[in-house]
Amino acid sequence: MAKYMLLIYLDPEHTPSEETSAEWGKISQELAQAGQMLEGAGLQGIDTATTVRVRDHERLVTDGPFAETRELLGGYYVVDVPDLDVALDWAAKMPNVGRGSVEVRPVLEM
Amino acid sequence: MTADATTADAVGRAFREEGPAVLATLARHLGGDVGLAEDALQDALADALATWPRDGVPERPGAWMTTAARRRAIDRLRRERSQTNRAVALERLTRLEAGAADEYIEEEGPVQDDRLRLIFTCCHPALAPEAQVALTLRMLGGLSTAEIARAFLVADPTMAQRIVRAKRKIAAAGIPYRVPRESDLPERTAGVLTVLYLVFNEGYQATGGERLVRAELCDEALRLAALVADLLRDDAEALGLLALIRLTHARAPARVDAAGRYVPLDEQDRDRWDAGLVAAGTAALALALRLGRPGPYQLQAAIAAEHDRAPDAEHTDWARIAALYGELAALAPSPVIEVNRAVAVGFSEGPQAGLIVLAPLLEDRRLAHHVPLHAAHADLLRRAGGSAAARNAYDRAIEASTNSIERAELQRRRAG
Repeated sequence: MAKYMLLIYLDPEHTPSEETSAEWGKISQELAQAGQMLEGAGLQGIDTATTVRVRDHERLVTDGPFAETRELLGGYYVVDVPDLDVALDWAAKMPNVGRGSVEVRPVLEM
Repeated sequence: MTADATTADAVGRAFREEGPAVLATLARHLGGDVGLAEDALQDALADALATWPRDGVPERPGAWMTTAARRRAIDRLRRERSQTNRAVALERLTRLEAGAADEYIEEEGPVQDDRLRLIFTCCHPALAPEAQVALTLRMLGGLSTAEIARAFLVADPTMAQRIVRAKRKIAAAGIPYRVPRESDLPERTAGVLTVLYLVFNEGYQATGGERLVRAELCDEALRLAALVADLLRDDAEALGLLALIRLTHARAPARVDAAGRYVPLDEQDRDRWDAGLVAAGTAALALALRLGRPGPYQLQAAIAAEHDRAPDAEHTDWARIAALYGELAALAPSPVIEVNRAVAVGFSEGPQAGLIVLAPLLEDRRLAHHVPLHAAHADLLRRAGGSAAARNAYDRAIEASTNSIERAELQRRRAG
């Protein structure tokens, strides 16, 4: 088994509806029932983000996300699955893939 | 030739021919670690170069390589403690080494062949297309990194790094070593065929440099397409691609003249075409068509077959070719296909009709530097009698071309 993080990138043009949150609830449940979900969470919007950097021992705090991108990080799952293909299968089932995208990254095993 | 050189040749040939199969099986015994399997095989190659000249070429080189590579893999596993699943792989290999039966044949896909697993791993969509091509040539074709680098006109270290990175991704990202399940098979097979098609095209229509054809890539594509068509027995498109490559490559001997000059299809000496390849390609196409699942490769092969069976350019069934391009455009629309359809229409219905097909493409800005488009445009204009306009179009084609032989040919046509 191998751990992957699915990073959920949303289309900023798309306003989430009640329907979308129901879809997220469904996929979370499906993952949990398959026994392959380690954790997962949704994030609040980028207008709530604060970015911290330390340069020359000085703490720099700025409003907003670390980089302006076309798609924004909206949440993540960490799954424990046999291989990349299974992780990609889950990624393809995420409710946002029709508009945004899902990045699949293996978790560094310490 | 000295005895040593002969033995070195034998080593090279054995590893070329049997290395990929040895690698494919060893990778399975290693739990899918193709990178480690490849390293171990390279160690075995070095061993062979050191010992075969002294001890002679083994009676069964494949068996010798299997044992040598397995021992080297055990050495590496003992040394490399960071290896995941190290204990499991070591145990399995030591058991095999002791002569115990191989009980590790757990099938998930429909086909039982390690080389298929290797192909699907090398052509996994999680790898960049150029990495898929490089890995396929390296692991399945048994080409050296230097050979691949030369074929793609990139520096050795660049190609070496590309391969190392791809191997690292296979291991780190957990790309599985297996034949995809039935439901994913059509899509994944299409990916494999694309890689082979890329290899062939790069060889046949070299995009840069001084040589028009890089024969080593064509030969390799031919060999791998035959292997894949054989392994995926009932895949019509795999057979279609094999047919296409054979039917196209059959013309290679007539495509460049003694002076290295490009010879266009209508001027080629058809006696120089490889009749054996034409026959083999035609047979593969017939097999593919019998499966009743048409596709783009089969259509392209059917077009190539029309050219191959025509006694000369004039007696080519251009109407049939234009119709086949029409079917192809319906299945997989692309400007390249439309250009070819315009050429075929130009021969079957006259240059004016061809120019009408070409008109919308000339408006498309993305095709502003598309050499075949401007070359076809120029040829049609010349045949329609517009010599000044034709010269302009040739100029645009010459300007866009990056291949010196192709440029020379365009200049010749412009002057003629």
